[in-house]
Amino acid sequence: MSVSAPDIPAKPKRGFRLDLKTVGPLLALALLVLLGISLNENFLSYNNLTNVLARSSFIGIIAIGATFVITAGGLDLSVGSMAAVIAGVMIMVMNWLIPTMGIGWGVVIAGMATGILLGGVAGVFNGTMITRGRIEAFIVTLGTMGIFRSLVTFLADGGTLSLNFQVADVYRPVYYAGLLGVPWPIIVFALVAIGGEVVMRYTAFGRYCAAIGSNEQVARYSSINVDNVRLLTYILQGVLVGVAVLLYVPRLGSASSTTGVLWELEAIAGVIIGGTTLKGGYGRIWGTVVGVVILGLIGNILNLQSLISPYLNGAFQGVIIILAVLLQRGRKNA
Amino acid sequence: MSSAEGTSAPAVLAANRISKSFGEIPVLFSIDFDIKPGEVHAIIGENGAGKSTLIKILSGIEQPTSGSITYDGETVTLPPDGKAEAMGIVLIHQELNLAEHLTASESIFLGREIKRFGFLDLGAMRSKAAELMDTLHVRVDPDDRISTLSVADKQMVEIAKAISRDARVLIMDEPTAVLSVSETQTLFEQIRRLTARGVAVIFISHKLDEIMELADRVTVLRDGQLIATVGTEALTPDSIAQMMVGRELSNLYPPKHEPDVDAPVVLGVRNLAAKGVKDISFDLKRGEILGFAGLIGSGRTAVAEAIVGLSHRTGGDITLDGKPVNFTQVAQSVDAGLAYMTKDRKGKGLLLNMGLRPNLTLLTLNKHIKAGFLDSSSEERALERAVRRFDIRARDASVAVGRLSGGNQQKLMLGKTMESEPDIIIMDEPTRGIDVGTKQQIYHIIAALAAEGKSIILISSEMQEVIGLSHRVVVMREGRLTGVLEGAEITEAEIMRYAAGIKSGNDERISA
Repeated sequence: MSVSAPDIPAKPKRGFRLDLKTVGPLLALALLVLLGISLNENFLSYNNLTNVLARSSFIGIIAIGATFVITAGGLDLSVGSMAAVIAGVMIMVMNWLIPTMGIGWGVVIAGMATGILLGGVAGVFNGTMITRGRIEAFIVTLGTMGIFRSLVTFLADGGTLSLNFQVADVYRPVYYAGLLGVPWPIIVFALVAIGGEVVMRYTAFGRYCAAIGSNEQVARYSSINVDNVRLLTYILQGVLVGVAVLLYVPRLGSASSTTGVLWELEAIAGVIIGGTTLKGGYGRIWGTVVGVVILGLIGNILNLQSLISPYLNGAFQGVIIILAVLLQRGRKNA
Repeated sequence: MSSAEGTSAPAVLAANRISKSFGEIPVLFSIDFDIKPGEVHAIIGENGAGKSTLIKILSGIEQPTSGSITYDGETVTLPPDGKAEAMGIVLIHQELNLAEHLTASESIFLGREIKRFGFLDLGAMRSKAAELMDTLHVRVDPDDRISTLSVADKQMVEIAKAISRDARVLIMDEPTAVLSVSETQTLFEQIRRLTARGVAVIFISHKLDEIMELADRVTVLRDGQLIATVGTEALTPDSIAQMMVGRELSNLYPPKHEPDVDAPVVLGVRNLAAKGVKDISFDLKRGEILGFAGLIGSGRTAVAEAIVGLSHRTGGDITLDGKPVNFTQVAQSVDAGLAYMTKDRKGKGLLLNMGLRPNLTLLTLNKHIKAGFLDSSSEERALERAVRRFDIRARDASVAVGRLSGGNQQKLMLGKTMESEPDIIIMDEPTRGIDVGTKQQIYHIIAALAAEGKSIILISSEMQEVIGLSHRVVVMREGRLTGVLEGAEITEAEIMRYAAGIKSGNDERISA
């Protein structure tokens, strides 16, 4: 487009720093891959890579939802507990349906539908309390985090809810099989990521999320229905938790009070490492994908070498998160 | 009035040939100002005249670009960040600076707590606070939470705090703006008690009658220039108003295009009531520029926000082209062809971290959707049009709008508002904080819009602007409509009389 004479005093040209902000996560990812290759020749093997990516896909799908929530200036701490309770209820529903529906895909599909529906309902609850109840997102989702966690413990009676073995056998391929050698979780993760990127960049909803996170007042004065957009982000988050869970259940075929513990923090960490601003106003889905993969690779690389204890995984992840935010801030002050 | 000190007493605080620029923009030109012990010295001027900057310099918050400050006859550099308080110069801000959750006694001793053996001596602070309140004749319990106090009482706590710091110069920025008449009287008694003890009081007010009542001397500022410092006894409210506004209109404003007297009423407002708005009725005709004048906080923005559905309307009727309407959401008023452009472009108007394009189309994003997806080339075309039409200048379109100059931000916001193709535009302070060249551009745009048949409500605290552009002027004061001026009646002095409450619509006309 044509713009007339510059209005701003000369300032440094698009420099290294701006690029760092954009490609920073990619650069970190590349460094990790190089490190992995140099440490262990098995790193690049098909088995290792699909394993890392498939494990990352649960957090990844949840983190894509979290990117919308955080971009719109919100926060959802309940996703890990929500995943656990959805997994538990899914398993109970499938077990309960076996007598009427028999063993087969019918039961599994009913279970999947239950999972997605439950996620949506949980999102509606979180979002409604936050927008209509005017309670801080942090507080609402801290509350539901406790509620969901306690519910799954109650449903499992303090133990483990296990899926009927025969149904589990039917369901198994959803995690372990794939298309052209790519496991389903990775395929779904990729599809959700592409869809998320498109929604974030090329729809009014994505634009409104960024506007609300950037300045809620401006959004309101620009005739955006702030409450509805916010509510939608939480519903989307819930549905995506449901999607992640229906890929997760066939992996172990069980749920307990320890399912999904700390997933919320891993998801938020992935979002932040990817370059989305924690206080809202700017979000990018591809960054989140990179961020989640970085977190997965750190654990993987620690397992592939023998110099450093893999128990330090959390410490390395923590360092990466802090570094990511430091780099973001460095750019702002520049 | 305590003018006992006379003019010969030495000044406690004086500013000598103070100038101040913010970046390239000069806001104060070689101001001389002084205050003597026991004196009340009022500073008066229109919005943007430089009053706030002057008191910020006098209290050390801002440093002058040139000139010097003398305190007790010695040239000093006042420390910033309110540290001048320790020297006895205390500024009480308009929006009082009290932590709402603390008690009165905690507030008074905040940052200078009395301690015993390293622990807070709550008892000593409480009794000292009670003592202070007594000497001030204030009925505030030291244990009262600030949040439970009325604005007037909060102000008293601020004053108590100032006295506890042995203030010798007390500077108050529009202390009466939020007070009722009786609260104002209590404040004035307080100020008189302080001056009797030799405290020098500087205060800013827009209310001419108050200045006449309280001040010993008045300093009038206009456009950053010192117009005069005069003893109050030599003044009348009218002569102050004249000094404040005495400036001729240049060709800053486009020639007025008289609207058709028979033009239909496009917006009718009857007995509008909302928070801060009482019983407002007016009509807006097609092609008309209707100015809204009044002091800051007189309720003009509240009227606009109640009309477009940004705030809750508690009463009254609104008609658009004769049909009753009831907007509860902004989107409805935008759809009906009525757009409101906020005065707070950084807080409510623009997304400062985003580029030009998303800002321009945020209000009307639905127009740029094709098959469910944003059509960025359509947005791009809209931006090109707006850049041309409103002469928006930016290094490139991706630059964050927070980095644009105020003028370009304002033009972008105007473009954003006009994207909704409204028939009626309410512009709230459309030239606030922008340079005179851009102002002129905006004035011509406003006049051109009216000539095209758009109807405009122009809310402005710059009186020349209202006078230079408006066909009729509504004056508001304290949430009420005090007068509607037309034709030759539209003069600054006349508006000021209505705005300051010297005259109201029901009074007999007083000739100037």
